[in-house]
Amino acid sequence: MALDATTVTAGAASGAPARPGLTLQRFARRRSTIAFIMALPLIAVIGGLVAWPAGYAIYLSTLNRRMTASIGLENFAILLESETFRMVIWQSCIFAFSAVVLKALLGFWLAHMLHHIPTKGQRIWRGMLLLPWVVPPALSTLGWWWMFDPSYSSLNWILNAIGAPSVPWLGEPWWARTSVIIVNVWAGTPFFMIMYLAALKSVPDQLYEAAAIDGATGWQGLRYVTLPMMRNIISITVLFSLIVTFANYDIVRVLTNGGPRDLTHVFASYAFQVGVLSGNIPRGAAVSLFMFPILAVVAFFVLRGVNQRNREMA
Amino acid sequence: MAQVTLNRIVKEYEGGVQAVKGIDLDIADHEFVVLVGPSGCGKSTTLRMIAGLEEISRGEIRIAGNVVNDIPPRDRDIAMVFQNYALYPHMSVYDNMAFGLMLRKFPKEEIRRRVENAARILDIGMLLDRKPKALSGGQRQRVAMGRAIVRDPKVFLFDEPLSNLDAKLRVQMRTEIKKVHQTVNTTTIYVTHDQVEAMTLADRVVVMNHGVIEQVGPPQELYHRPLTKFVAGFIGSPAMNFIPARLANGGAALNVVLPGGITLPVPEERSRRYAAYAGKEVLFGLRPEHLTEIRPNDHRPNLAHLQLTPEVVEPMGMETLVYTWLEGTEVSARIDPAVAAAPGQALPLAADMGQMHLIDPQTDRVI
Amino acid sequence: MSATAATPSAAIPGLGRKIGSLRKERRWALITAYVSLIVAAIVMLAPPVYMLVTSLKTSAEISNPVGTPWIVRNPTLENYGALIGDPMFRGFFFNSIKVTVLVVCVTMVISVLAAFSLARMKFFGSQVLATGVFLTYLVPDTLLFIPLYQIVGNLGLLNSTWGLVLVYPTLTVPFCTWIMIGYFASIPKELDEAALIDGANWMQMLTKIFIPVALPGIIAATIFAFTVSWAAFVYPTAFITRPDEMPLTIGVVSQLIRGDTFAWGQLMAGALLAALPPVIVYAFLMDYYIAGLTAGATKG
Repeated sequence: MALDATTVTAGAASGAPARPGLTLQRFARRRSTIAFIMALPLIAVIGGLVAWPAGYAIYLSTLNRRMTASIGLENFAILLESETFRMVIWQSCIFAFSAVVLKALLGFWLAHMLHHIPTKGQRIWRGMLLLPWVVPPALSTLGWWWMFDPSYSSLNWILNAIGAPSVPWLGEPWWARTSVIIVNVWAGTPFFMIMYLAALKSVPDQLYEAAAIDGATGWQGLRYVTLPMMRNIISITVLFSLIVTFANYDIVRVLTNGGPRDLTHVFASYAFQVGVLSGNIPRGAAVSLFMFPILAVVAFFVLRGVNQRNREMA
Repeated sequence: MAQVTLNRIVKEYEGGVQAVKGIDLDIADHEFVVLVGPSGCGKSTTLRMIAGLEEISRGEIRIAGNVVNDIPPRDRDIAMVFQNYALYPHMSVYDNMAFGLMLRKFPKEEIRRRVENAARILDIGMLLDRKPKALSGGQRQRVAMGRAIVRDPKVFLFDEPLSNLDAKLRVQMRTEIKKVHQTVNTTTIYVTHDQVEAMTLADRVVVMNHGVIEQVGPPQELYHRPLTKFVAGFIGSPAMNFIPARLANGGAALNVVLPGGITLPVPEERSRRYAAYAGKEVLFGLRPEHLTEIRPNDHRPNLAHLQLTPEVVEPMGMETLVYTWLEGTEVSARIDPAVAAAPGQALPLAADMGQMHLIDPQTDRVI
Repeated sequence: MSATAATPSAAIPGLGRKIGSLRKERRWALITAYVSLIVAAIVMLAPPVYMLVTSLKTSAEISNPVGTPWIVRNPTLENYGALIGDPMFRGFFFNSIKVTVLVVCVTMVISVLAAFSLARMKFFGSQVLATGVFLTYLVPDTLLFIPLYQIVGNLGLLNSTWGLVLVYPTLTVPFCTWIMIGYFASIPKELDEAALIDGANWMQMLTKIFIPVALPGIIAATIFAFTVSWAAFVYPTAFITRPDEMPLTIGVVSQLIRGDTFAWGQLMAGALLAALPPVIVYAFLMDYYIAGLTAGATKG
């Protein structure tokens, strides 16, 4: 990390010209005081708006509906017994997992294709392909919602035009789940593409040239040069996307709002429904806390990856 | 303008590792002193302690008589030129040079006068509006020096300033630095790992190794009278040849006896100096330039003749370097390019024993 | 060269491996690449294009489709006109601008100060804090909105854009700090040493050296903060139910959908107008945008 960059740098005076009595050690001490003050707003944000609410969520989740008494882990128990909530867990996992896998594969493919066309054309393609990532997801999902509309679906029009039957995009549970995944993949693939493209560009050309002279085919170059060089960025991108996808709210809210029959709810939308709309704040807090273990596991791996990379590069 | 005094300077890092182990050094006013040594010898750390960029663990540094240990860099009245120039990329050349003066609230006129003066000395007047990115390596180097000159500080500090330049430019800038020093005449402390730079620039060279000073002296003295094996090997290129040998009593005179039995006579005038080592193991040191072809009418006294077989021959133009084996040790010799030398063909050589050195292998000090 | 990687035409290893023609391989690789990109571009651009097409249609044309819905026969700007004339919609826009501008300013001040302190100075626990920044960046808003709903409610800021200004920094500050640490750390240390010797104090070093030198990073972080605040959805959905305090995202989603008869044309026009600012920023500052996007993973 960059943090130890200054361990050996002696401090300097700040403000008025140095007074003779001000020693370097006191400067160093003053420097760390200034540093701390500069970081204070950040500490306030992290502590007051992230760490404290996270702790508060745990406290909330142990209260009864009217928040008058503690009921221990009752909320969690009730949730786990509920058929609907078990469905939510299931649906969240399927959604996050399949969407991330698809995004990762498509993103890799597109990055690769983009990397191989002449450099001067890459800009315009990249510009077009990144657009879904730029539009706020809640708004682009409105467009998809309209394309999925039962009576006026423009997608069904295309299907019919090539002789396929119409699809009940948002009416049938399985189709509704698929639709949510499609929209998420559409919006998220560009992110993967751009990350992979950056990673591809960071692999020196000489490595491929050396591999080619060593007799590697294109596939072997990919397998033995590209993938190992990109391993870190791939894993970090996948893990990060897993968190974001797992915690996704916008798409489900706009597209299905959990329906039909609460079958497309993910943790976030269900927590919203239970906590905010039905007014059972403790239960809602408990729902979103279910996200925590999986996030912690993913965060652990991300951190490990980052640390490992820093060690290797140091 | 000022003298700089280092008194038992120690730099100790957390965990007790000592980068600098108690250095004493007196630098006179106007003097150009070069700290030279291999990487990790503590020369840069020493310079950075003088600059105030590193804390001094123990000891005392004085600039112009004042103890500066606790004074931050900005108030030490020093200027520094960095290896990678450290020009502010977003500022023009003019602003780069003016920055230090601006922070010190110099009047605008004065700043302009000083910058233009420095630009004239360094011949960069036409670059003042450019950004560092638009400059060549040599030009950046000049700007970095200009930034130091405008401040008119008590001491100039140079931290390997020529290491990022290509060989040709390095020679050119070396001359430039010397000229600048002759013009502004500021006390200068210069760090480099390149002994040629050290020899050419310095009034006095400080050779450092493993955090201690091996020897301090004018370049010629270091070359001719090294005090330690390290200095003997470090100064000069190619490096001095070292051959393990024994000092034998050969009747009236002493002889250097190489492992295979080759015997080289020690010049008479050195007999007394070496007397205590008679019969002991020593390290025989001879510079390549003192191992030459046999010249007709060579009047150098104390020549000893050897027959060696070159392994590699490197013609350099004005001279030819010959690498060969002498009693199991690889040695190099400098011969006249007119002499035909080829790998594998025996070559008679003359060793100038008047220039020999003997080193005590126990202490690594030159006897 | 890597031009043939991942294309089916690459020679297959093994016995009797055929000697490929380099030119042919390259041509196939290029064709594959362009076909993939064209297909991808169609899929990626179809929804926004369809939104645009719809927004130009009259309600009559939308409800009585003749032939393909993908083209507009009688283009009209009446949907846009209606929205721009609608004080409620203009209010959404104003709210979004207000919240976003404030949040971007607050974020940049907090992040730049903190990143400078973490990258270049040092204090007790700064290492832990840097890791903390990264961890916070991984905590999603959907985990926090319920407790924050309570907290914002207790502060009496529900149904107020000020509540949003308060909580949006949780979305922007960690990432912006993180990438600014990366940018600051990449500035050579000699530069601050030169500044120290030139006589700069910490604040001068930050404002005169670090901020100008890391300007691309600052722009990238600003763009990020802007995009995220503009697109934020969970917090306004949870905290704001009064239309006059709504920012665009939730305003368009909740207020332009009324009753059973959806004014599709107007809805799409509203969504496009709401998406316009980030798209414009992206169009003009694409390189910075992408730099910010990838900085999180490639730096730090």
